[in-house]
Amino acid sequence: MEEGCNCLTSKMVSNLSIGLFIVLGIVLLMVRVLYVVYRCGKPFPKGASQSFTTLVVLGSGGHTAEMLSLLSVLRMDRFTPRFYIAAATDNMSLQKARSFEDSLAVKVPAVKKVSSQFMQIYRSREVGQSYVTSVWTTIVAIVHGLWLMIRIRPQVILCNGPGTCIPLCVIAFLFKVLGIRWSSIFYVESVARVKKLSLSGLLLYKLRIADQFFVQWPQLQKKYPRAHYVGCLM
Amino acid sequence: MEDRENAKKRLVFVTVGTTSFDALVKAVVTQHVQDELLKRGCTHLLIQMGRGTFFPTKCDGADGSLVVDYFTFSSSIADHIRSASLVISHAGSGSIFETLKLGKPLIVVVNEDLMDNHQCELAEALEERKHLYYTRPHTLHQTLTKMELESLVPYTPGDGTPVARIIDRFLGFPDD
Repeated sequence: MEEGCNCLTSKMVSNLSIGLFIVLGIVLLMVRVLYVVYRCGKPFPKGASQSFTTLVVLGSGGHTAEMLSLLSVLRMDRFTPRFYIAAATDNMSLQKARSFEDSLAVKVPAVKKVSSQFMQIYRSREVGQSYVTSVWTTIVAIVHGLWLMIRIRPQVILCNGPGTCIPLCVIAFLFKVLGIRWSSIFYVESVARVKKLSLSGLLLYKLRIADQFFVQWPQLQKKYPRAHYVGCLM
Repeated sequence: MEDRENAKKRLVFVTVGTTSFDALVKAVVTQHVQDELLKRGCTHLLIQMGRGTFFPTKCDGADGSLVVDYFTFSSSIADHIRSASLVISHAGSGSIFETLKLGKPLIVVVNEDLMDNHQCELAEALEERKHLYYTRPHTLHQTLTKMELESLVPYTPGDGTPVARIIDRFLGFPDD
């Protein structure tokens, strides 16, 4: 009788301690998440680094054109090495990025080739794909994204939508929380968005995943005060 | 001789982008739209029709009508825009800015069949700033009749400098 009672108490104690551990773990994780959210958007001290490993996420058509317009005015020695990622179904974007990099190499022959790499990522859902099969393709896309991010471990992420950048930005945020890699995420909302943010933009803004958020129309800046209004990129 | 012909040639270039936009193609080849274009001194109508299934009738313009021609896709859209005196385009930001940067008068026609029609926001906002005209397929004729190309304001292209400055400061780089 007593033994059974003891057994019960020790079971309860061990259950309790497991529970405590889980609660403690969750609390610690939440504190860490809050800290990361607090630190996001805080600028680096002057002279923090000479250059940053940079990931450029290319959207498609118009998005890619805007991104290249931004890249053309950035000091490329500060954003080296560069990794470009585009959706596997988008053949044009990487081609455009390659010719952009080639044009840089012509200007500064010394820094060519070694400083840039081009990759493709599976899309979680194609236009018109059924929701049942998209569960599977989403899992594949996330695992693939994780693999790419582990390889690149970017310090700077430049993105401007559409959806391709979301899993990569979420993984980057998790890396920050877990202390794997600290990165700064810059998101430029497309010039085509005048009154409302895109879904990608809204997510990155609301969840405070983007460190700095840029919009190209003053109407949007009024609605989303943490965004910078920067005029049209095009 | 060819130069003189080119000097007289006034091309209207219509572009639907990478998808299809039959409603626009149908609208530009209607008789009253063609008549209005002729009245405004246009001589040629060239249509990039994408994946559309409506094929307009080609016309060599022998009887004093518009010369009508079309193609599906081309890698040299910019060249066609450059040689045009008026561009009628779908609402994609690529075509819009390519045309505005080349300083060509532009009418943007919004595709009402598209579900996610946020692109009309851009055309609307640029019309407010008088950089282009903005219409729908069934009102294209009215827009052509009413438009005054002289009142359009030339577009000054922007660039990424303000974004680059903020990114550089954020990462702790000195201003240069």
